[in-house]
Amino acid sequence: MSVLIDSTTRVICQGFTGAQGSFHSQQALDYGTRLVGGVTPGKGGQAHLDLPVFNTVRDAVAATQADASMIYVPAAFAADAILEAAAAGIGLIVCITEGIPVLDMLRVKAVLRDTESRLIGPNCPGIITPGACKIGIMPGPMHTPGSIGIVSRSGTLTYEAVFQTSRCGFGQSTCIGIGGDPIRGMGFIECLQLFENDPDTSGIVMIGEIGGNGEERAAEYIQSHVSKPVVAYIAGVTAPPGKRMGHAGAIVSGGQGTADAKIAALEAAGVTVVRSPAEMGRGMQAAMKG
Amino acid sequence: MHLHEYQAKQLFSDYGIPVPAGRLLTTTADVSGVTAALGGTAWVVKAQVHAGGRGKGGGVQLVKDEQSLADAVRQMLGSRLVTPQTDVDGLPVNSVLVECTVPIAREIYFSLLVDRGSERVTLMASAAGGMNIEEVAAHDAAAIVTERVNPAVGLQGFQCRNLAFALGLEGKQTGAFTKLASAAYRLMMESDAGLLEINPLVVTGDGELVALDAKLDLDDNALFRHQPLAALRDPQQEDEREHLAQQHGLNYIRLSGNIACMVNGAGLAMATMDLIKLHGGAPANFLDVGGGATAEKVAEAFKIILSDPQVEAILVNIFGGIVRCDLIAEGILQAIAEVAVKVPVVVRLEGTNAAAGLELIEQSGLAVLTASDLTEAASRVVAALPGGATA
Repeated sequence: MSVLIDSTTRVICQGFTGAQGSFHSQQALDYGTRLVGGVTPGKGGQAHLDLPVFNTVRDAVAATQADASMIYVPAAFAADAILEAAAAGIGLIVCITEGIPVLDMLRVKAVLRDTESRLIGPNCPGIITPGACKIGIMPGPMHTPGSIGIVSRSGTLTYEAVFQTSRCGFGQSTCIGIGGDPIRGMGFIECLQLFENDPDTSGIVMIGEIGGNGEERAAEYIQSHVSKPVVAYIAGVTAPPGKRMGHAGAIVSGGQGTADAKIAALEAAGVTVVRSPAEMGRGMQAAMKG
Repeated sequence: MHLHEYQAKQLFSDYGIPVPAGRLLTTTADVSGVTAALGGTAWVVKAQVHAGGRGKGGGVQLVKDEQSLADAVRQMLGSRLVTPQTDVDGLPVNSVLVECTVPIAREIYFSLLVDRGSERVTLMASAAGGMNIEEVAAHDAAAIVTERVNPAVGLQGFQCRNLAFALGLEGKQTGAFTKLASAAYRLMMESDAGLLEINPLVVTGDGELVALDAKLDLDDNALFRHQPLAALRDPQQEDEREHLAQQHGLNYIRLSGNIACMVNGAGLAMATMDLIKLHGGAPANFLDVGGGATAEKVAEAFKIILSDPQVEAILVNIFGGIVRCDLIAEGILQAIAEVAVKVPVVVRLEGTNAAAGLELIEQSGLAVLTASDLTEAASRVVAALPGGATA
C-alpha cells in the first residue's frame, strides 16, 4: 500500500557517520526502516549504529544489495554523492541536503537522464511510507498508514497535511517531499502518476508554492491522466515579486510563477484548491464525497 | 547575490566582453580630471544601486562638461534613489559610474539564465534591446530567440551564430557576437551566476559590440567556492533587518503590513502570511527560523521583527518535527524577558512536545495568547490588533 518504498526497501545512508547522518539514521532505524549500512569515505570496515560502514557506494551495494540511498552530505559534496549513488545503480536516491549550487544540480540532472535512478530532492524532507519505511527528516510518529498520497515542495506544510489527513481518519499511503530547489529530481507529474497507479492510494494532496511552472504542468496532467480526487494548496499568494521566499526555487520572476496563476490552472483542471493551509484535510473529505 | 553594474563590468572586462571606458567615483572630490582622463565630449553618470529602472528615477544622467558632471555627481552621491523596482525609501547611492558615451547604431537584448523548465543554461536575445524584456515576451514572444546549452559540451559556435543571424548582425559582428557570447557563458559557469544580462548590448556606429549595461546575479549557495566574488557583497543595498537575520541563520523578508510572523519552514512561513491576509490582516514580514531553531535563534528573531516600527501584533506558528515545541516556547519566553514586547503575541504550537510548550507559555504569566490550530491563530492575531482588522 505505497509507492516507491515499503518494508522491503534496503536503504543505505551517505554521510552515515556525520552528525546529521547519524541522527537521522538512528531515527530511521527506530521507525523500522530496513537500513543496511552506510558510506563514509575512509571509514570503510568500521561499524556505526551496529551497521557496516563502506568507503564507496559501489562497495555498499555489492555487500548489502541496497536499492535506496539517503544523502546527508554537506552541500559542497552533495552533487558528487548523488552521481556516485546513480553510478552504483541505486534505484531511489533521496537527497536531503539544502543549499546545493544550482549549476551543480543542472549537471547532475543531465547525467541522471541516462540512468535508471530516480532522485527525490534535494532540499527536501524525504519520503515516508507510514509504518513501513522512513527515508528523511520528517517526524515519524505523526504519520498513520492509510489511503492519501501526499506530494509537496515544502517540508513543514507536508507535516500540516499529514497531521490533518491523520486527524480526518484517512492516513497516508506515501508522502513525498520533492523539495524547494529550482532544479530537482522527481516533480509533481511523476508522483501523481505513481499515486494514480497505486491501488492503495484513493486521494492525493498536492502542495505547491510560487516559482516555476511545475504546478501548471501538473494541472494539465491531472486533467487528462488522474481519476482520483486531488486537493491542492499553493503557498505564496502574498509573496512580493523578485524576492526568494526561503526556498531557492520560491520566487516570482518576470510575472511568472505566481500563486494566482497556479491556483487558476489547477481549478481549471478540476482540482479542489483550498485557500487556507488549515483546510487540506477537510478539502479531502469534501473531494471524497464529491 | 546581486552585483553592482561597475563590479559586473569589471568582470566583463576581465573576460574580454567590451564595455565603455569608465571610472567609479565615491566622493565629489574624485570628479576633477575625470573627463580629461576618459576623453570624449559627453559622459553618462550612473548611480550604482541594486535596482533596475534607474533612468526613470534620475539615476542616469547625460553630461557634456565637467561642471555639469560635478553637479550630477553631487546630486546623486549620498542620496537615496527611488526607481520603479525599489520601495518608496529607495536605495543609497554610495558610488557612481562615469562612462564615455558610445555612438549607438542599434540596441540588442542579450542574457544567459538558468531555465528551470528545461534545466539548461539558456541564452536569450532580442532585437528589441533597451526595453523591458518581460514586456517584449508578453507582447511578442517571437521577437525573442533562445538557445539551450547542453552542459556536457558547453555553448557551441553554431548556437551563437543562430542567435547572431537571427538578430540580423552582419559581417564581422557575427564573429564578435560569438566571442562575446562564449565569454559570457564562461563567466556564468566560472562565477556560478544565475543570471547574466546585457540590456542593451549596442552595435556602435563603427559596427563594434559594446555592453552598455551589465547585470550579474550570483548563486548564494555557490559563494563558498568564490571567496573573491563573495567579498563584492554590498550590505548597504540590502534591508538592514534582512542582513542581520542572515547573520543569525534566519531568513527574513520585510513586507508592508503590521502583523509580524515567525514560522519554521519556508512553505509554512508563506502559508502563514497568506492565512493572515485571508483573515483580513496584512503580514509585516516573511520569517523562517529554519529546521534547527534554537531558543537563541527564536530570541534573535523576536528582536528583528520588533525592530520594525510598523509591527502591531506577532503570530508565532511552529510545527514541531525535529524541532521541539517546548524548546521554542522557552525561546519565546526568553525573548519576551529580554526585549520589552509591547504588542500582542499569539502562539500556535503543533507537533513534537506541543502540549508541554503551550503549558510553559500559559504558566509563565506573560500576556501571550495561545491557539490550538492555524485558523484560530490567524483570527486571534487579527483580532488582537489595536484597531481590530486594518487591512
